[in-house]
Amino acid sequence: MSEHILSKNDEPGNKVIITVLGQDKVGIIAGVSTILADNNVNILDISQTILQDIFTMVMVCDIRNCRVDLGTLKEKLEVKGREIGLQIQVQHEDVFKFMHRI
Amino acid sequence: MLSVQEIMETIRMVQQENLDIRTITMGISLRDCSHSDSRVMGTKIYDKITGLASHLVRTGEEIEREYGIPIVNKRISVTPISIIAESCETDDYVCFAEVLEKAAAEVGVNFIGGFSALVHKGFTKGDLKLLKAIPEALAGTERVCSSVNVATTKAGINMDAVYQMGKIIKEAAALTAREDGLACAKLVVFANVPEDNPFMAGAFHGIGEPECVINVGVSGPGVVKNAVEKAKDVDFGSLAETIKRTAFKVTRMGELVGRAASAKLGVPFGIVDLSLAPTPAVGDSVAAILEGMGLERCGTHGTTAALALLNDAVKKGGAMASSYVGGLSGAFIPVSEDAGMIRAVEEGALSLDKLEAMTCVCSVGLDMIAVPGDTSAETISAIIADEAAIGVVNQKTTAVRIIPAPGKKEGDYVEFGGLLGRAPVMAVNKYSSSAFVKRGGRIPAPIQSLRN
Repeated sequence: MSEHILSKNDEPGNKVIITVLGQDKVGIIAGVSTILADNNVNILDISQTILQDIFTMVMVCDIRNCRVDLGTLKEKLEVKGREIGLQIQVQHEDVFKFMHRI
Repeated sequence: MLSVQEIMETIRMVQQENLDIRTITMGISLRDCSHSDSRVMGTKIYDKITGLASHLVRTGEEIEREYGIPIVNKRISVTPISIIAESCETDDYVCFAEVLEKAAAEVGVNFIGGFSALVHKGFTKGDLKLLKAIPEALAGTERVCSSVNVATTKAGINMDAVYQMGKIIKEAAALTAREDGLACAKLVVFANVPEDNPFMAGAFHGIGEPECVINVGVSGPGVVKNAVEKAKDVDFGSLAETIKRTAFKVTRMGELVGRAASAKLGVPFGIVDLSLAPTPAVGDSVAAILEGMGLERCGTHGTTAALALLNDAVKKGGAMASSYVGGLSGAFIPVSEDAGMIRAVEEGALSLDKLEAMTCVCSVGLDMIAVPGDTSAETISAIIADEAAIGVVNQKTTAVRIIPAPGKKEGDYVEFGGLLGRAPVMAVNKYSSSAFVKRGGRIPAPIQSLRN
């Protein structure tokens, strides 16, 4: 059960999950993490794997001190994704916790 | 810690299997808007709706962005207008539909429900005025939805209301003949109507509801279909288990979005409606789920049993996922909004009679059915009476949303576009029910109603 949604102050939590899908190539991590560093987003965990022939990278990030709001960060990463031909998504961690954990 | 597989499963559900939140519906009580002067009342209604719902659409979009889950519709339901307008000194309620339309346009929602009346045991003066206004109100507005409850298990079936609704549906179709009778797609005739349903066209804010509330309707036939297709060779127990697990995950998203919307808007969270609501998108089809279970076409023998299993498993999984379940909560089988249903009708697998049988085991009823334009008001009333009987005797909600498409005959199509989709015109029984429908009065409540 997510503590964020149930918290009294109803503030959303600070963790987001960034997923990158597509063809593996040089510089994916560098490209994404540069944007994150520029905006003061802390990377907590990275894992990458090949799922059904698709390169899949999942990052757990802390956006507590992020310089821009989530919408803007999302936009920046999506632009980067289009530039390097990959699909980049940013979603709040609660989505996944809520769906898979009670 | 979440596994990569779990994260990818969620992403696949949204991107490939059309998982979305079908609607966030804000219920608003208009009980404090009554006034003897219709203009004053109109202003009060407009101000209240635009005040409470001013952030609804923006909040919905914000949640969509944060969680990456599409929220297809943001909508509003209000207290039945027949109740609010009763003390008003006007005979023409169409003006209130216009107020609702204007308020809905102002806050940016695509539908507003509640041009409604509850007449299961009889009519008040306000009810009669509202019914009279329905055809013109729906023809003259784009977003306003209307519903009328004509029967309950406790009261029986108000056959006077049933007959009136047959005539009103014909009139509404005639007024929107150039759009294939579009007004009828925004009009639902109910038995045992729920007061907290977030889905249109039948949503209204019930009289036992709070001042303002957020209700959520999930969707996800595509997700269930894929799960069922993967469970190809398993027996029924395992199949039900697969559907339950999937429904649980889908409903959790509704619960999350409902709680987030409620917190952001400062409005209490009402319910999650567990209905599987199909869309015209390929694969997002309830018929396809049934076919995935092993039926060559939806509508063939076995369809009712398959639907019963699906509906029950969805409820069992969904009930575990949400703290408050309500609304209609069952699989929808609207013909025009489900590509698989349309195909089944086109290929002669699915008839009106089979659809009626299917409504015995799922929500909601004969939904978005197009019938020939020359179908009489009496026949439409008799179709409504049959559905109401199923609802009343089985203590469940049933409804009829039927379009007697002007100038169309069996095999033609009506085209509404968008979520309302397109529907093949289906044949009705050619024998008359006129003398039966015209008897008048009320069919008494069944023995099942004596539960005290």
